[in-house]
Amino acid sequence: MQIGLVIPCYLDVFYPEVGIATLELLERLGVSVDYPFDQTCCGQPMANSGCESDSRATEEHFIRLFSRFEYIVIPSGSCTHHVRNKFVAAPPSAERDHVSQHVFDLVEFLHDVLKVKEFPWGEFPHKVALHNSCSAIRGINMASMSERVHDAEFNKPKALLQAVKGIEFVEFARHDECCGFGGTFSATEEAVSAKMGYDKLGFIEASHPEYIVSSDMSCLMHLQGCARRLGTEVKFRHLAQILNGDRQ
Amino acid sequence: MSAIDQALNAARFIEDRTHEKYFDALMWSLREARDRSALEVPEWEELRDLASAIKEHTLSNLAQYLEEFEASATRNGSQVHWALDAHEHNQIVADILNRHGAKNLIKSKSMLTEECETRPFLENRGVSVTETDLGERIQQLDDEPPAHIVGPAFQKTPQDIANVFARAYGSDASNTDVVYLAHQMREHTRPLIEKADAGMTGANFAVAETGAVVTVTNEGNADLSGNVPKLRICSVGIEKIIPSNRDLAVFIRLLSRSSIGLPITQYTSHFRAPREGGEMHIILVDNGRSARLGMEKFWPSLKCIRCGACMNTCPVYRRSGGLSYGSTYMGPIGIIMMPTFGIRRYSELPFSSTLNGSCSNVCPVKIDIHEQIYAWRGVMDEKHQVKLAKKTAMAVAGEVLSHPELYRIATSATETSLKLLPRFAIYNDLNAWGKHRETPEPAKQTFHQWYKEHRQ
Repeated sequence: MQIGLVIPCYLDVFYPEVGIATLELLERLGVSVDYPFDQTCCGQPMANSGCESDSRATEEHFIRLFSRFEYIVIPSGSCTHHVRNKFVAAPPSAERDHVSQHVFDLVEFLHDVLKVKEFPWGEFPHKVALHNSCSAIRGINMASMSERVHDAEFNKPKALLQAVKGIEFVEFARHDECCGFGGTFSATEEAVSAKMGYDKLGFIEASHPEYIVSSDMSCLMHLQGCARRLGTEVKFRHLAQILNGDRQ
Repeated sequence: MSAIDQALNAARFIEDRTHEKYFDALMWSLREARDRSALEVPEWEELRDLASAIKEHTLSNLAQYLEEFEASATRNGSQVHWALDAHEHNQIVADILNRHGAKNLIKSKSMLTEECETRPFLENRGVSVTETDLGERIQQLDDEPPAHIVGPAFQKTPQDIANVFARAYGSDASNTDVVYLAHQMREHTRPLIEKADAGMTGANFAVAETGAVVTVTNEGNADLSGNVPKLRICSVGIEKIIPSNRDLAVFIRLLSRSSIGLPITQYTSHFRAPREGGEMHIILVDNGRSARLGMEKFWPSLKCIRCGACMNTCPVYRRSGGLSYGSTYMGPIGIIMMPTFGIRRYSELPFSSTLNGSCSNVCPVKIDIHEQIYAWRGVMDEKHQVKLAKKTAMAVAGEVLSHPELYRIATSATETSLKLLPRFAIYNDLNAWGKHRETPEPAKQTFHQWYKEHRQ
């Protein structure tokens, strides 16, 4: 099976190790990974700010690079949500529709397409707090939503991580409240954004995890910024790193 | 008129730790109460679908139902008035009061009269206006607008309220006991209710079939305002019309559960006709609603039943305080309504959201609130209301991100890149980001560079 891999711009620059883990993990699972080298970004930062016209060229570029793939995989729920549900800056075309319909978050690709049940190389003997992004939960439905009290509970990132030996989850209050990152919101409304981050960190730290794990590194980048300022010990990992066999 | 700077107002609110913490905890407790309450109703999601469909149907046939309401209400002996805008509404109220020589008006909470700024309008014309609902009265005494559409004074701690009452009523500022405070309110307001010449209420619903105006309250002051004086005035936004009592049943089941997590409020009152020897006036107010109904993207906010659930769950609202929005309606629902009242003034509001989507999930009438917030951002760009600094940064980002060679230069660890990089990575220079958090450090080697070195 051949897929097109998207490494979001913020991972490229700030967290290349997450990109590497994603690539290696997919290869371990027997997937043939094509990484179109000219890729840049999905266009979300501009579109999310209302500036759709400014994201048009970037989205067109994305479509040119990825419309030939049957599966387009991104280790980010936020970018996946944008490409699947908000990808309208480029004029309508069969290629654009194809891209939106064939894009998967890494978790979805592993859980729903490959249906991976075990990661024999994985072992993570640590207490972990799992944070799912709002895009992952309410944007692309990777986990049940706390507001929908009658829905059956499910959590795809957790289902995958549970297959890793030794991992222990800790529960925390307001588990699916937004962490406050919000893309450009983190800069334009920095006071509220940071307050939300510190509150989220407080709820999580009350359950004493060693690691905060997410399939969206953008939330973690923000929470890590708060944790570093506080000087707390908690560590941050992307889900792909743990599934790929990182022990710490 | 300059744009409301919600972010700045919110930052100020956060600096005062006591109030931010108190408010967030109180609002979140309402969200939790809402969840527990919804859980007790197995057909909850079905009710939401139904409520949404009833509103959609009614709004699609609004003219017909409004006329039916007018006919029913007139048959009951009420007098129906039509107001195109806030000024017309206020003038109608003033004229009615004038005709009766009414100088003392008691009033229960009505967001519509806040929207129309009715109280100052009347006060400037020599009418003494007394709010009779606890929260609204506190805000009136403190000369502040409501911070929440259900609990106007939710932002105040018991100590704040004790201070307000001490100032206004000479009560004991050190006594923060809620029963004591409620008694202060009652002692000082009841005499004003007894001597009032006229009473005014808003409406939660107006039933076309019966011609009744329905209020849903806990304190029962709408009943005092509506029943004690012989002259009664009800102000109703035209979107409050519903076809029948059968429809009302759906909304009553959803409203207080969504709002405060209780199955029903103390009072659900149908004001159907004037009391004997009295007059009942119903003012149907448009004030921009027809225009919004004609907006293809934004009409759904007219489905709102003012429960406040979207505000209680909103993580931004809870940490910003309701007054930070500088508007009649605040929080998520305020963000999508207010731009129709002034595009420039409320141009920043759509950016006061992380688009997390919780608001849409709790909305009892299923307004896709966070999708509308997103759409309003686009409108602000189209109408050139996005701040210049942000717009410039987005244009630069759009240029860099659509050209791989520029992107490569920007992301390679060089002197040039460090200037360009943050512009697209987190939109502006990282100063704002780094004010309260540590900024992320670019890796020594990007994924691109690693890939080129190891895989190509």
